Amino acid sequence: MSIASTSVIQIIPRTRRGVELLLLVIAIAVSVGAYVNIGITVQNAVPASTGYYAAGIGLLALIAHLALRYRAPYADPVLLPCAVLLNGLGVAMIHRVDLGLAIVAEAKGNTPKAPAAPQQITWTAVGIVLFLVVILVIRDHRRLQALTYTAGLAGLVLLVLPLIPGLGVNLNGARIWIRLAGMSFQPGEFAKICLVVFFAGYLVVKRDVLTLAGHRFLGLDLPRARDLGPIGIAWAVSLGVLVFESDLGSSLLFFGLFLFLLYVSTERAGWLIIGGVLFVGGAYFAYATFGHVHRRVTDWLDPWAIDGGQVKLGLMGQSWGGILGRGLGQGHPEATLYAQSDMIISSFAEELGLTGLIAILLVYTLIIERGLRTALGCRDIFGKLIATGLAMSFALQVFVIVGGVTGLIPLTGLATPFMALGGTSLVANWAIIALLLRISDQARRPQTPAAPVSDETIAMAVQKA
Amino acid sequence: MNSAIRRLAVAAIILMLALMANSTYLQAFRANEINGRNDNNRVRDSQFSVNRGPILIGSTPVAQSKESDDRFKYQRTYPNGQVYAPVTGFYSYLFGRGGIELTMNAELNGSDPSMAFRRIIDVISNRPQQGGSVTLTLNAAAQQAAYNGLAGKTGAVVAIEPKTGRILAMASRPSYDPNRLASHDTEKVGAAWKSLNADKSKPLSNRAVQELYPPGSTFKLVTAAAALSSGKFTPESKVNSPAELPLPQTTVPLVNEDGKNCGGSNNATLTIALRYSCNTAFGTVGMELGADALNEQAAKFGFGARPLTELPSVATSQFPGDPNQPQTAQSAIGQFDVRATPLQMAMVAAGIANKGEVMKPYLVQNVKTPDLKTVSETKPESLHQAVTPQVAAQLTAMMVDVVNNGTGRPGQIKGVQVAGKTGTAQTTKERPPFAWFTAFAPANDPKVAVAVLIEDANIPRNDIAGGTLAAPIAKKVMEAVLGQ
Repeated sequence: MSIASTSVIQIIPRTRRGVELLLLVIAIAVSVGAYVNIGITVQNAVPASTGYYAAGIGLLALIAHLALRYRAPYADPVLLPCAVLLNGLGVAMIHRVDLGLAIVAEAKGNTPKAPAAPQQITWTAVGIVLFLVVILVIRDHRRLQALTYTAGLAGLVLLVLPLIPGLGVNLNGARIWIRLAGMSFQPGEFAKICLVVFFAGYLVVKRDVLTLAGHRFLGLDLPRARDLGPIGIAWAVSLGVLVFESDLGSSLLFFGLFLFLLYVSTERAGWLIIGGVLFVGGAYFAYATFGHVHRRVTDWLDPWAIDGGQVKLGLMGQSWGGILGRGLGQGHPEATLYAQSDMIISSFAEELGLTGLIAILLVYTLIIERGLRTALGCRDIFGKLIATGLAMSFALQVFVIVGGVTGLIPLTGLATPFMALGGTSLVANWAIIALLLRISDQARRPQTPAAPVSDETIAMAVQKA
Repeated sequence: MNSAIRRLAVAAIILMLALMANSTYLQAFRANEINGRNDNNRVRDSQFSVNRGPILIGSTPVAQSKESDDRFKYQRTYPNGQVYAPVTGFYSYLFGRGGIELTMNAELNGSDPSMAFRRIIDVISNRPQQGGSVTLTLNAAAQQAAYNGLAGKTGAVVAIEPKTGRILAMASRPSYDPNRLASHDTEKVGAAWKSLNADKSKPLSNRAVQELYPPGSTFKLVTAAAALSSGKFTPESKVNSPAELPLPQTTVPLVNEDGKNCGGSNNATLTIALRYSCNTAFGTVGMELGADALNEQAAKFGFGARPLTELPSVATSQFPGDPNQPQTAQSAIGQFDVRATPLQMAMVAAGIANKGEVMKPYLVQNVKTPDLKTVSETKPESLHQAVTPQVAAQLTAMMVDVVNNGTGRPGQIKGVQVAGKTGTAQTTKERPPFAWFTAFAPANDPKVAVAVLIEDANIPRNDIAGGTLAAPIAKKVMEAVLGQ
């Protein structure tokens, strides 16, 4: 890494915590506004739970903000407000679908199920607690490098947990859930973080050999055959996820993560091509061989053939939303299966329309790009890789689930970050944001040594440490 | 390292852009197609909850939405439903829509692009979507007369204003009560739907436009029009009209209905032949003109094209393609494979009445927004000049003669000159023949043209004849229009 390219990212030593507070106020105002809007349209009254909701979201956001002021004053000011906005809107939509489902149940003479929104607020609180733990306990992300192999093992264990009989449950065709003490968890969400730490730690050490050894072929730098071991293992594991857990999304996520980090650490596009070919080949093999993978693809190619299929219902909801949407509380998102979890993006597209959907996607894009900017500004390779990994995992996850819901790719069981109903995903995403903030604090903090230090120096320093 | 991260940043943006492009395609361009799907319950439910506009005759609703206290907010009701069902159709939660309710759905629920501005105002002022009203051309008195006239019979009546093509009456019996299908009690609706569909008398079918019948002798008007237009015939031309006309290529002759020759002559004039509805005379004329000339004349009256776009499944009347000589003779008297709807035969009469110009029939007079601003007003439209005004005048005189002196006597109205033509069409020996009467009045300044078809009147088969069965109904309908 040349000195010239680091100097491009001129870091101005300003904390920007005031900006963050302002953005947080806006995010909370939008979320509470949505909540009140829903109450007024559906129940003709400002919902009684508004205070609880506003105080909950507001207080949690304030605590997170204060923790940053106290322990990470130079952290990126945009990430937290974006996360709060998505989380807040998610709870509002879950509440909206609660109301819709209650109306439907009432019409049929059934007792409505317990509302899911309060549960999601509780999980938000748990998420913020983990956020605080990460910010307060991990004072320097480089310490995580010591946990490289522990994280790798933990990631692998979390990945295969849903396959253990009696623990894993098959939900909606994919086996990526476990049931414990009456609650469902998606261990893949935490496996993601563990694997990012593992990949980053591993590549920091191995990048030189993966970068330098090899030969050119057709204008591409190809690695040596014996260096293909790690990518081979990652490929096998991701295919295993695809075949045994029947989840293309998780499979794509894990393999894609590894590939992106391999690419960033070596800067060799050859890896991307090898990986891409391997993945496409493996996925095609799975499609041709395994019935459940095949069915997912045919469902995607012709969603209209399945009566009452969630994608079909979701596409109808999105179409009904059109460009401007039905308006909050004025559509029928509850008519779509899993309108609060897998299909929550469809619920937003129905009531807020294409306009609202694109706004939400832009907020996701902001998080991704702020994460990658953190990676650019970070002064150590390990941090760069972790930030890249976390940001790109976010990008892949949003792409896979939103693409599935909108019919771009086959639907998978990945959670929509921060919005979908489900504790594991929400908590894990708060941990991801905390990690990104922790790294960005280090990246944006004014350097005490006047002379710029190259990446290599830091890398060596890290390895010594 | 940073350049790789930058490339990934671009890649991530491309992924997000792909999502946005895909959703734009779905929600902006494919939305209409998906919203229109039959299995789209979401759209159906919400449309069912819209304050749908009324279907009006003058200012009287024949279909309207009333507030209801169940989950759909509004209940569609049809005052006098049986009478208007063939036109209004029904609006059912489970079984879709029919009639005007189907074809004018977008206007009635307010989603039509022509009401887009109004809808934006509704959104801004936070008013619920409200549909527009559709005013029909029907004349309430004529419609009621037509419906009453068909009591106890299976058949249809269509009345048209000859100068404009406005449909003044369109009745079909047996009918059904659309309220039974519009009910929010899904179980009852299901049972009603099942029994209506199982009913052999086909109450859901609008016989005036959806069913095709052999027009029988009423088609002789078309043959006469072709003959007079050809220049080879005048009303006084004498044609071969024996009791029995041997046909080429077959041993089965063409016979007159009563087994006698034409009004005492084997060589009657065209006027006399129409007066007594002589099959042999018109068979002769048909063979002399040829199938092409008949076909062309029929097409000018509207055969071979869908006459009405405002109702669903409107049947197209047909003249057979490429018939041989005996088939041409049969076709000339409205038998063989000639098929027509009552609407089509009313158009023939209306065309003759309107100096030979056939107007495009229409049912919707105008569409208005809920605040009574006119969105669209149907303007009369000429379809074809079927015959010259001279030929139309000759045909009118011949039809007046039919009513004054011939088979159409039961269609006479006191003080009003009626022009008409009867018809009795055989199909098979097992079922009774179809009785027809088509007419217009007053002959010198026509205000109404009408066609009546009786499929089955529950009377002995030798009794059925256009004059005795159908003409009295036509008379009542014309009287209703003329205000007598």
